[in-house]
Amino acid sequence: MTRYRRAWTIGSRALLVVGLLVAALVPAFFSTYFTGAIAVKVLWLGLAAASLTFLSGQGGMVSLAQTALFGVAGYVTARLMVFEAMSPWLAAAAGVGAATVTGMVVGAVASGTRGIYFLMITLAFAVVAYLFFSQVSTFGGHTGINGVFAPAPLDNPTLKPTAVYYACLACCVAAYLLLRYLARTPFGLALAAVRDEPQRANALGFDVRLHRTAAFALAAAVAGVAGVLATWHITSISPGTIDVTRTIELLVVAVIGGLYRLEGAWLGALVYVLLDTYTRGLSGRFETWIGIAFVLIVLVSPGGLAGLVARVDEAFRRPARRRRRRRRRRGARGVLASWGRPAG
Amino acid sequence: MSAALALAAAAAAILWVLYKAFGEGFGRSGNVPQFVVVGLNGLSLGGLYFITASGFTLIFGLMRVVNMAHGSLYLLGAYVGLGFTDDGMPWLLAVVLAGFVVGTVGLVMQQVFLRWNQGQELRQALITIGLSIILADQMVAHFDPTPRTIAPPSGLTGSVDLGLYGLDYPSFRLFVIGAALLVGVLLWLLIKRTRFGIVIRAGVDNRAMASALGVNVQLVFAAAFFLGSALAGLAGVFGGTVLSVAPGQDDKFLLSSLIVVIIGGMGSLAGAALGALALGLVEQLASVYLPEGYTNYSILLTFILLIVILAVRPTGIFGRSE
Repeated sequence: MTRYRRAWTIGSRALLVVGLLVAALVPAFFSTYFTGAIAVKVLWLGLAAASLTFLSGQGGMVSLAQTALFGVAGYVTARLMVFEAMSPWLAAAAGVGAATVTGMVVGAVASGTRGIYFLMITLAFAVVAYLFFSQVSTFGGHTGINGVFAPAPLDNPTLKPTAVYYACLACCVAAYLLLRYLARTPFGLALAAVRDEPQRANALGFDVRLHRTAAFALAAAVAGVAGVLATWHITSISPGTIDVTRTIELLVVAVIGGLYRLEGAWLGALVYVLLDTYTRGLSGRFETWIGIAFVLIVLVSPGGLAGLVARVDEAFRRPARRRRRRRRRRGARGVLASWGRPAG
Repeated sequence: MSAALALAAAAAAILWVLYKAFGEGFGRSGNVPQFVVVGLNGLSLGGLYFITASGFTLIFGLMRVVNMAHGSLYLLGAYVGLGFTDDGMPWLLAVVLAGFVVGTVGLVMQQVFLRWNQGQELRQALITIGLSIILADQMVAHFDPTPRTIAPPSGLTGSVDLGLYGLDYPSFRLFVIGAALLVGVLLWLLIKRTRFGIVIRAGVDNRAMASALGVNVQLVFAAAFFLGSALAGLAGVFGGTVLSVAPGQDDKFLLSSLIVVIIGGMGSLAGAALGALALGLVEQLASVYLPEGYTNYSILLTFILLIVILAVRPTGIFGRSE
């Protein structure tokens, strides 16, 4: 068993390294269009989705606020750069800071709730943020803010996307390593305890709301970085970037990839962006097909695509009889099932 | 501490509104006529929110299902009602039929997608999100996406004289307030005074025990889901008459239902009424009484209202902690 375990660990790490290598070679092997329009979008969309995957996987919080927080960072950066002529790096830092602070406030409010209540409160925040940015003229109202050009090497994402691509890749790798490392720190373990048994964790002296709020603020910072990268990539931001459709789109991406494996976020983003780019024209009703795929994934494999990999692992690791017994005890597999218990 | 702060903020807001409204006396030249109109707008909007949210809270209260497709059902009702009235059907009949059609759609949804995974709340919420994506796209495909308005019933097209300061007010909006009251009273009677209501309450309190006592809980669930969805469809026709029938209204009314039940307490009818009233009034009053230059920020007030309520009572005003 331990030998198998080691082989699995090495195998899955090798897979990650191969994935990273392939990602690193994208600008060399693919066209400028593919790198600039598709690959860069996969990276920042995956980064935003990873913030949601981290929250749901490690913290048990399925948040619909990530797109709005992404928008807060993008809007603050765009406004400071275009209207106040601030240095882009300073503006980006301010944007991520604003997203983090907003995340702290929203997290503090929502941290008292779990599961579907959390989902509803974060959705309410998301819609309010959308309405706010589409109504307030200081943020450009309905047109949004155009002409947000990134600093020198990143300022031409359409024709010279290589620098933008590597900048996004570096941010993604850094965020991935940070979030992965965090899961093994005392904070990450306490967060998992708060996720699984809030009352016991509380009895053991962990401040449940504080842990959830801190995790939410951290995820907001990650979503904020994604928001700044996206704004620089598109060179503009408008209310359409953070409306309910986009909010749901991010959830779709995270669910396709799997709500409890960090790598799944980028996998989901890749699948979604490829489908969005190449199949939207095939059928006039792309959204319907995405909706059907989403429902099917939630019905059949709540772990998403990354969950399928974990399932193969499980199939190898345990004899069939024990597996059946275990499944019967836990009900359907996956985080979604474990949230079925009443809150508290 | 936070509760005291929140209450102080609420009291200050109410005093500010009263000062702005009555500060210049009760004469015709003062701000009272405006206050009356804005207040009535808030009441009728609140009534619309209540009809929508009552179905949402009914379904949640009994089944713990957060129906994220509730806004889609609302919009579907509006489109169906629009189609019926376009064909020359009387408005009242169109409302009833739209409610029936949407109720049936909701019932099918529940039987196919939600019946077998009872208790997996988050999974059910995600399923309904997926269904709302499909419904929204299909509605764009099958109905004309240009914003339209449903013609009000023949007797209620114009305005009536309020007999106050010589004000006129659209009679259909007054009708919405009355309809909301009627829906509230009927639902209250249904839940408190009928055998069906007893069974529902038993199912809410202890599903397993009700089932053990011979209640066919699945049948009750199906009936409640039908009723809740039908209320969304009904509200859609009302909303389509007062506001408009257009893509995007589904998200707007899903949001309002969420906020209403979060404020009022999930699953509580009285809470839905209070939450709808609060939301309608805050939205309308804020758009007028916020200081000059800040009226664009009225949408933030809605979220602040939510935060204030959650700070005082984390489970909503009438919510029960689990």
